[in-house]
Amino acid sequence: MSTILSIQQVSKHFGGLQALLNVTFDLPEGQILGLIGPNGAGKTTLFNAINGVYPPEEGRIIFRDKEVTHLKTYRHARMGMARTHQIVQPLNDLSVRENVMVGACFGRENMSLAHASHTADEVLEFVGLSPRADQLAGSLNVAQKKRLEMARALASRPYLLLLDEVLAGLNSSEIEAMTKTVLNIREQGITIIMIEHVMKAVMNVSDRIIVLDYGQQIAEGTPEEIANHPKVIEAYLGDPKLAEKLMEEG
Amino acid sequence: MKRGHRWLGILLPLLVVAGLLLYPVITDNESNRETSFTILKAIALASSLNILLGYTGYVSFGHIVFYGFGGYVGIYVVNELGWSIWAGLLVGGLASGLLAFLLGKAILRLRGAYFALATIGVNEAMKAFANNFDLFGGPIGMVLNFSVYKPYGGAAQALSMTFFILAGLTFAALIISHLVRTSKFGLSLQAIRENEDAAEVMGVVTPDAKTWAYVLSAIIPGMVGVLFFFKNGHVEPPLAFPLHASIELLVMVMLGGQGTVLGPILGAFAYQGMRGYLVTSDFFKDIQLSVSGVLLLLIVLFIPAGAVGWFRHRIPSLRRVLA
Repeated sequence: MSTILSIQQVSKHFGGLQALLNVTFDLPEGQILGLIGPNGAGKTTLFNAINGVYPPEEGRIIFRDKEVTHLKTYRHARMGMARTHQIVQPLNDLSVRENVMVGACFGRENMSLAHASHTADEVLEFVGLSPRADQLAGSLNVAQKKRLEMARALASRPYLLLLDEVLAGLNSSEIEAMTKTVLNIREQGITIIMIEHVMKAVMNVSDRIIVLDYGQQIAEGTPEEIANHPKVIEAYLGDPKLAEKLMEEG
Repeated sequence: MKRGHRWLGILLPLLVVAGLLLYPVITDNESNRETSFTILKAIALASSLNILLGYTGYVSFGHIVFYGFGGYVGIYVVNELGWSIWAGLLVGGLASGLLAFLLGKAILRLRGAYFALATIGVNEAMKAFANNFDLFGGPIGMVLNFSVYKPYGGAAQALSMTFFILAGLTFAALIISHLVRTSKFGLSLQAIRENEDAAEVMGVVTPDAKTWAYVLSAIIPGMVGVLFFFKNGHVEPPLAFPLHASIELLVMVMLGGQGTVLGPILGAFAYQGMRGYLVTSDFFKDIQLSVSGVLLLLIVLFIPAGAVGWFRHRIPSLRRVLA
């Protein structure tokens, strides 16, 4: 399997806050990579660095054998990288179909309006938003807006899809439906990185997981390895050996 | 945006302009022609501003600068260099487009109130420039030689000709507005209006799209400026760069409904009608601008989508017709 995305020694800070430090990994084509970590660990910042919203200060990002580190975010979209936002960003006064058409028109395939309209209907069917196609995007509820984010990203026919907390705020049946959708997307051959807090879901769908804490990679491996990794447990729950250590000192 | 209905939305706007064109021809009355001229001019300017304000969501408080600058350049080539009015129109339009292109590169990276403030600055700077630029006659401006009207059969003939050219420009402005609205380019502008950051992430090359929207919204005003000052017989800085005219254009677009083809037409019609009443009324004639200020306030507070937007929202079946 070839590498679709290569992150090399990427660092980024905001003032005195080190948001990312020496993040390095390769992502093989066709995988689902889970990106987890406590709040403020730098997950969304890493997404912003990967797709050019905030370019990193150090390091290189290689996407499909081309360096994209300092390209503008719209160039990334044209090259086949799409993302969803943690805080949904619908184009409120446009219809759901038009929202998706924007993704199709200006994504990798640079479609005409007619072609984009066709693609939009297809993608809306896939994510289950067809009945809402003519509604204004602003009138959707949160779960539907999350699906709209996904539909817009998919309509651009990406090679790589960055999903930022698509499950947050959804109820358990919605989570189940969305998880199925994510697996279906991979079936189409699209590589996925997903940031997620819903552990059960991320453990189920990910081929591999990377854990970030204070901007550093503290662990990497299969879901089983991650679940039993002492550093991960420490990052989430505090030091598991802390009680024993205190007892010994006492 | 479904096919088939694509041309339905432009029907009503074209009919309104055709009516304004035929009204003085049928009544054969010069005073009616002046009334029509004023309204057509307002429609052409407001529809052009709408490309930036309504479709792209950038508020320009100084859009009249393109009218003034284009007018100055066009009158210069017609009066001083002896070119024809056709060449003058072309040069004036291109000059305004070029000015918008250069300005756009500089100030379109500003958003919201900062952009609006910058556009006021540009208008005032241009007025100061014209006041001090000897080639354009400085504070006195330029007075057209009577001989420039000769090739068109004298002044009276030329005046009547400007009316028909203006109607042509207004038709052009509406067709441009409609084409932008229904095109892929227009979709990118609307995406920018709704959420510029999200549009960028989806692949809209926002700096280019905004610049071309600005250029497109500047060309027709430049040409209208040339035409107006050609008819007027002279051009001077306060006539070419009146800040209040920029604000009146904003009121027209917002009153009728920003982001629609029909909105600026209704707005221009209603505003010019109201203004005609106000300036002739004893009570309002000195405070007519404050009435438009109050009107703008009321629109922003109660019907931010404008008249057309309000109707589209209330009666969805009208959406196809009211584009």
